[in-house]
Amino acid sequence: MKLSEKWLREWIDPPVDTAGLSAQLTAMGLEVDEVVSAAPEFAGVVVARILGIRPHPDADRLRVCDVDCGADEPLQVVCGAPNARAGLVTVLAQVGGRLPDGTVLKKAKLRGQVSMGMLCSGAELGLSDDASGIMELPEDAPAGLDLIQYMALDDSIIDIELTPDRGDCLSVRGIARDLSARNDLPLLRHEAASVPTRMVRQWPVRVEKDTACVRYTGRLVSQLSLDRASPAWMVERLRRAGVRAINPVVDVTNYVMLELGQPMHAFDADKLRGSILVRQATAGEQLVLLDGREMTLDQDTTVIADERGAIGIAGIMGGESTAVDQRTVNIFFESALFLPERIAGKPRRYASHSESAHRFERGVDPAGQVEALEYATELLLGIAGGQAGPVGDWQDSARLPQRGTVLVRRSRLMRILGIDPDVQSVSTLFTRLGISTVAVDDGWQVVAPSYRYDLAIEEDYIEEVARILGYDAIPRTSPVHRPVLRPVPENRLPSMASKRLLAQRGYQEVITYSFVDESRQSVLRPDLPALKLANPISSELAVMRTTLVGGLITTLQRNLARQSTSMSLFETGLRFLANESGQPVASLDSCIAADHGGDLQSDPGVQQQNMIAGLVAGRRQPENWNASAQEADFYTIKSDIESLFSQANELPVTYVPVQLALLHPGQRAGILLDGKPVGYVGALNPSLQQALDLPLLPFVFELSLAALSGSRVPRAIPMSRFPQVRRDIALLVDEAVSYQAIVDVIRAQAPAMLQDIRLFDVYQGDKLPEGKKSMALGLILQEFSRTLEDSEVDQVITAIVAALEVAHGAVLRI
Amino acid sequence: MVSDAASLDALENVRVELLGKKGRLTAALKSIGQLPAEQKPAAGQAVNKAKQRVQTLIDQRRHVLDDAALAEKLTADALDITLPGSGTPTGGLHPLTLTIERVSALFAQLGFETAIGPEVEDDYHNFEALNIPAHHPARAMHDTFYFDVNRLLRTHTSSVQIRYMKTIEPPMRVIAPGRVYRCDSDMTHSPMFHQIEGLLVDRDIALSDLMGHLDAFLTSFFDQDDCEIRYRPSYFPFTEPSAEVDIRINKGPWIEVLGSGIVHPSVFQSVGIDTEEFTGYAFGIGVERLAMLRYGVTDLRLFFENDLRFLSQFH
Repeated sequence: MKLSEKWLREWIDPPVDTAGLSAQLTAMGLEVDEVVSAAPEFAGVVVARILGIRPHPDADRLRVCDVDCGADEPLQVVCGAPNARAGLVTVLAQVGGRLPDGTVLKKAKLRGQVSMGMLCSGAELGLSDDASGIMELPEDAPAGLDLIQYMALDDSIIDIELTPDRGDCLSVRGIARDLSARNDLPLLRHEAASVPTRMVRQWPVRVEKDTACVRYTGRLVSQLSLDRASPAWMVERLRRAGVRAINPVVDVTNYVMLELGQPMHAFDADKLRGSILVRQATAGEQLVLLDGREMTLDQDTTVIADERGAIGIAGIMGGESTAVDQRTVNIFFESALFLPERIAGKPRRYASHSESAHRFERGVDPAGQVEALEYATELLLGIAGGQAGPVGDWQDSARLPQRGTVLVRRSRLMRILGIDPDVQSVSTLFTRLGISTVAVDDGWQVVAPSYRYDLAIEEDYIEEVARILGYDAIPRTSPVHRPVLRPVPENRLPSMASKRLLAQRGYQEVITYSFVDESRQSVLRPDLPALKLANPISSELAVMRTTLVGGLITTLQRNLARQSTSMSLFETGLRFLANESGQPVASLDSCIAADHGGDLQSDPGVQQQNMIAGLVAGRRQPENWNASAQEADFYTIKSDIESLFSQANELPVTYVPVQLALLHPGQRAGILLDGKPVGYVGALNPSLQQALDLPLLPFVFELSLAALSGSRVPRAIPMSRFPQVRRDIALLVDEAVSYQAIVDVIRAQAPAMLQDIRLFDVYQGDKLPEGKKSMALGLILQEFSRTLEDSEVDQVITAIVAALEVAHGAVLRI
Repeated sequence: MVSDAASLDALENVRVELLGKKGRLTAALKSIGQLPAEQKPAAGQAVNKAKQRVQTLIDQRRHVLDDAALAEKLTADALDITLPGSGTPTGGLHPLTLTIERVSALFAQLGFETAIGPEVEDDYHNFEALNIPAHHPARAMHDTFYFDVNRLLRTHTSSVQIRYMKTIEPPMRVIAPGRVYRCDSDMTHSPMFHQIEGLLVDRDIALSDLMGHLDAFLTSFFDQDDCEIRYRPSYFPFTEPSAEVDIRINKGPWIEVLGSGIVHPSVFQSVGIDTEEFTGYAFGIGVERLAMLRYGVTDLRLFFENDLRFLSQFH
């Protein structure tokens, strides 16, 4: 909330300057967001009286004024304002003066007439929105006085960002109370006196049980003259608090709310029909609000009604039908208490975040209704005349918010804060905060003042001690720690290991949003159901990602647009799969995973799977004099995946055909870990490349991080002292026969002496029959305890070739 | 003759001519057989001596020629050592990952382990169990993304506190980094950002301990930089007392980097921890803020634009 420093200092005036005051507020948890000068940036503007006025000889719209601004001789000023008239007290920007827009005034001639400055409107000085005419000041304003001095503009506007627990500080008095405790100074202002009542008439009010209302006070105020304007000082203070002046009734209710924290409402009494009834809304009840919106109310909402129906939503906003306007003469002033728990949520539901609702939602002092009513009446009568009726005060005392007695233990205070202040100073501090305090054996018996909704438990009071002493008064300590040596499982690999490996292999990590464009994603993964946000920030960020590849493609596109030509990217994070059965996947509390890339399957209806995805496009290496450019291909990205798996575990990884529209039908593989699908790799489908208008074909992969979280604990085995034998064979097979199929046959056939298979050539082309390919393999054989005989090696190779011929029609090439 | 050999090939020719099967000295040795018996020993000795002498000369000459050949090869093989190396350059990690790793490493020294939790959360873990009931005004501080009445994107990593405390028995020290979401997007707000939650529960944990640890952490994190720290009372429904922490690096402006406090008894109650036996502190660090201050990044949005020219600065 914004407020005038001068206004605040009327309540409490600690011996510190503005900066000191701000520092005090911030140190108490009332964070000062900004302090700005109350005066708009103008200078050389003085109070001026128009002595005489005559038409401009050469301009219909201009007039020439003789203006008294305190000097011996009047000044001649040309003015075009319709309200300029003899006797008007207004403001003059003198020659040499400066306006907020930066204009510096010079002696000027307007159509031949000398003008020694400019008479200004409120808008021109940044003091109001009113640009219709020059400012009108009270007749007693002394001509020649600097306007900054006259309007007390040498003031600061302090903008305080309040936390939602401190509803009691949403007023000048509330802030002053905290400053009073901090500085141990009494408040300078006291309760408003009651206004003498000059009529007996009272408006009938009835409050039903179990509404949001627990206290309802009100009175009639009659014979008002609302053609009068609120005084300049009030308008100014409202302006400094960010509130626009409207008419004396509205201004007074705002002023009292800002000063005392009690929201009020005024109904035009002549528009009321029958008694006022505070009740719950009926189902589907309609109400047109002050701002013209038509609302359909819910039954859990309390309304103020008359005989014809609702005339306002309790504590939130009044209705249009009973609104006060210029012609209003008699009003019914309402000063009530609505319970926070009954108001909470309603401003949002009705999209009516009024100042009143803001305060009722956070809790208004249950003891302040009558005082506010009296104060507002006093102010209003002072402006608009009239007379006040007696105050009606209805309350449901059983439901009024109560402040319970709490025992604050000294031992607990020490334990929570780490300090041990003496008993007396804590008692004094509590008392200064309005907390009724009795020192007892082990601490303090305390009761919070009526306005402190935030003080309920022992810890709340302990915080008050720290808050008023200042957090700087708390020492810095380090807690006693008895470290426990936790086992570090060697066979679990943190996800950082995978990230680091990819970074070492040339990949750049990126972080993209978890929510993506629905239509774009459905092109990539039409097969996966996405979770939709109910309130997305934009349609491009409307569904949760089902694949991390989408973000990588977007990143690729953006960087291509920035003239990058090649890149290797990766990202880790959750993907979200809507689980349409709606069944919980696992119990709610079983999802804590240490950072090993586990899946989080906690929530009903959604699988949250930790993934790592990569994209490679263009060259793997930068341009280099020494190497021909190596374009990314399926096998280079596959080698990255092989590295990821080889550091992760020793379970068998296989690459199998997969149906995935995202990928090139001839260059895609599903990845199985120990037979279970854990991801895929391949070239992007060229049809998508075209649709996305990509100048090059990227290769992508996506793996479950959980599949990479296992690690093997090495088990050392002795090495053979005898020589290896290598035999190379070249096989001619049908194109369709995969390398894996060949390896499977060899492995099945070979005895233990086969140590390794090295594929060193794959050839397809002119020299071979149509539909055939050649694969050249080096077979490495070794026995642990003896040297192999040529004859037994020959036998093994013959058997392998024979088995390959049977299984795949493989023919040995010479 | 040996010393005249200009190359290894020429030297070999000399060797063959003198010592080869048909060489002159070999022939001389053979001819000894035809000499009278009393002359044989002396002649044999003389020839063998000559052979040895020749062999020594040849070896010496070969050495000289080998050295010359190597020297020539070395000269020929000389490289421009200033040409750039070839191969795949390394990539790099995202600055936010680097920041999270740095924070984790510092807290690991104090015995904190790392945990993660789900990002699609339910109302209970994100709000209810953290002492933020429905319609609590504090919910207005969190512009929440919802899926339906119960499911939402977590607005803070504090939800992991609840999950952790329900799983692990105190005492405990844990940090939980991760993505969080609020529907707010402008120059200084991103709808997705990162937090690191910290939680320490033990028998006597006071506000002074929280401040001691955070002081140590922040000064270590900012390393050589001049880091001033300011604690302000604040309000979080799940801590009491609560403190907002501002820092000022190298006399710059005060910037809020984390929220913290002593765990509220209601939170302990909702996870079944005895509030008389244990107390604890909790904090939530804004990762982007920390990274911006540490690395001099002036625009939050750079972290999520993934411009390689930006990211490669962190290699």
